[in-house]
Amino acid sequence: MFFGREDHGKMDFDLSEDLVALQDVARDFADEHIAPHARQWDREADIPREVVRKLAELGFLGVFTPTEYGGSGLGDLAGAVIMEEIARHCGATALMLDAHNALCSAHIIRAASEAQKAKYLTRLATGECLGAWALTEPGCGSDAAALTTTAKLDGNHWVLNGAKQWITNGHYAEIYVVMARTDPTKGAKGISAFIVERNTPGFERGPKEDKLGMRASDTVGLMFDNCRIPKENLCGRLGEGFVDAMKVLERGRITISALSVGLARGALEESLSYAKQRAAFGKPIFDHQSIQFMLADMAMEIDAGRLLTRKAAILSDAKEPSNIDASIAKLFTSEMATRACLNAIQIHGGNGYTKEVPVERYMRDAKLCEIGEGSSQIQRMIIARHYLES
Amino acid sequence: MDFTFDDDHRMLQEQIREFAFREVAKGAAARDEEASMSEELLQQLRELGLFGIAIPDEFGGANMGTIASTMVVEEISKACAGTGVLLSAHTSLCVDPILRFGTAEQKKKYLPRMATGELIGCLSLTEPGSGSDAGAATCRAEIKGDQWHINGTKIFVTNGKEAGVMVLIAVTDPDEPKRRLSAFIVDKPVSGLRIGKLEKKLGIKCSSTAEFVFEDCVVPRDALLGERGRGMRVALTTLDGGRIGIAGQALGIAQACLYEAGKYAKTRVQFNQPIGKFQAIQNKIADISVGVEASRILTYRAAWLKDSGKEYGQAAAMAKLMASETASRAANHAVQVFGGYGYICDYPVERFLRDARITELYEGTSEIHRLVIARGLNA
Repeated sequence: MFFGREDHGKMDFDLSEDLVALQDVARDFADEHIAPHARQWDREADIPREVVRKLAELGFLGVFTPTEYGGSGLGDLAGAVIMEEIARHCGATALMLDAHNALCSAHIIRAASEAQKAKYLTRLATGECLGAWALTEPGCGSDAAALTTTAKLDGNHWVLNGAKQWITNGHYAEIYVVMARTDPTKGAKGISAFIVERNTPGFERGPKEDKLGMRASDTVGLMFDNCRIPKENLCGRLGEGFVDAMKVLERGRITISALSVGLARGALEESLSYAKQRAAFGKPIFDHQSIQFMLADMAMEIDAGRLLTRKAAILSDAKEPSNIDASIAKLFTSEMATRACLNAIQIHGGNGYTKEVPVERYMRDAKLCEIGEGSSQIQRMIIARHYLES
Repeated sequence: MDFTFDDDHRMLQEQIREFAFREVAKGAAARDEEASMSEELLQQLRELGLFGIAIPDEFGGANMGTIASTMVVEEISKACAGTGVLLSAHTSLCVDPILRFGTAEQKKKYLPRMATGELIGCLSLTEPGSGSDAGAATCRAEIKGDQWHINGTKIFVTNGKEAGVMVLIAVTDPDEPKRRLSAFIVDKPVSGLRIGKLEKKLGIKCSSTAEFVFEDCVVPRDALLGERGRGMRVALTTLDGGRIGIAGQALGIAQACLYEAGKYAKTRVQFNQPIGKFQAIQNKIADISVGVEASRILTYRAAWLKDSGKEYGQAAAMAKLMASETASRAANHAVQVFGGYGYICDYPVERFLRDARITELYEGTSEIHRLVIARGLNA
């Protein structure tokens, strides 16, 4: 219907039984192992490695990784289901998974050689190594093709020089996919991707950024100073790093959308339970229309956002064009999540402004979703150009 | 999980889209200007079988369900929202309650003629003193011998002029607070029913909106639709379904706004480039696109739930709320993209703006939908 697929099936808005079972696993895990600690992780700006190991045991560190490399071999729909459940309690944990699965591992799955896949994917899927993905630089964010980090071939090594900024998982990761310029004359086509291991001489990480939200997820700058990596660490074809990165980002937007939906749902659930037990003027505040209307808007937008996310995911899983749907989902869900979280604080009143309830954390986390992996402004540009140029 | 239409639905969509673009669009401005429906267009709708799209084949319909009827309203509303609501009101507000609550005899009596469009249907629910608060109706039906005697006034009856049959909600048991209302099927014309005022409206001007004045209007005992005392349930269930149709109508309007705004933005040149190259215009196009997609997915989820026999009230409320508010926003954006040209009647976007506004009001205001959704959260 929506997307001109050739193999028209029968409309069905329900998740399959397998995915419902997966959802249960993710929900139970998040309830038990994430919810009780998320506030502390936010305060301490750290996610214990123990949690990463537990997520790996569930296969959540290899969501998209083929089973032959020790992964779960799941698609974007399954990934979105998992992401929503994790983000419902902790945006930062979800963001850590996002950078690991949807950016680092996904880039290797998409572009790397068999030898590289064999070498890295299993270590990423088992949680032995955490992954990061480095595109943004101090001087370029949305305009990623303007990046200036260089990679020059010197015998059997690539020599990297430059700096990356705002790299999620950058502090702890062992494996980094790094976009660098291999041909200064070719713009976007002069950019290639490389796999860089943590302990490579000439590769340093800066201090953790002090952020508004997503605090437990580490964000650092990376410095490359004559960093020599083996020639075979070129990931994908020479000059195609930017195209691969954009494709990875397009799919990654589905994951960020699911993360946004999870945060908004967390905000709604907290608000609902608060509104039912908090009384004002002789009745639960839930019974006041002003509160009901905020809750209704949250519920409606969450349902729409979840469906838009899943639609993009289904398209991606079917190898159909999904980039516009992913942009639509990302734009809608990230902006609605911030709205939902702000309203959640409003419903909680003064309590919502304190750290005694999680909604202020959700709001701080949600704001990132409007900025990272393509800002709302970039998404609008993508969507409008698609419409106006088609 | 699969959000695609099946082949039958897809073929129908192509057919109706073509028809709407070719036939419905061309007279839309004139019908709006004259505030009247065209009999020729009604005849075309009949010939295409659009009045019977959701009526089972045993009664001569296409038996394609809510997904199809919603899609028809959406496609027609892209060209003319007034024509869209005529179909929506017929199917959701009159065919649907007869199908759901009618006896075998009632179905046999009415549905075949409704399927062909010989009888166009309507719902008489709203009164001067009872809009959102439908339970406060005062139009009275009293049983005397073998007949019901109806007295009172209904207003804002969509299709009131064209209709040959109505579902009427009236007070049968004023002293039983929970069972005050009953539903009836009433033929039109019928002695004792006078068509009062035909409303002049802001938008959907070609769709008739009538006042029905009942003055000792007599209908047979078996005109009762469903159980006596269950009129409120008939009304609310009917409106739940009607909301999916209105969501389809609003979705159609929003897409028409996107289409016209996009077309204009590509051709209108200011400061030496098409205005679509300016981010300020692009942002509006993007926001309409996103609203359309969100509305579409909620609308067809609700239709699918209804066709699947699942609970759909909450989903229908979400679809209607999202789609109607999206349509108004989209139309406002479209007028802005057109600038001064958007404000004059040579272009259709001012009509879209006027037409969109009703979708936030009828078959449950936005406020009622927010209440419905919130109450669902408390369940």
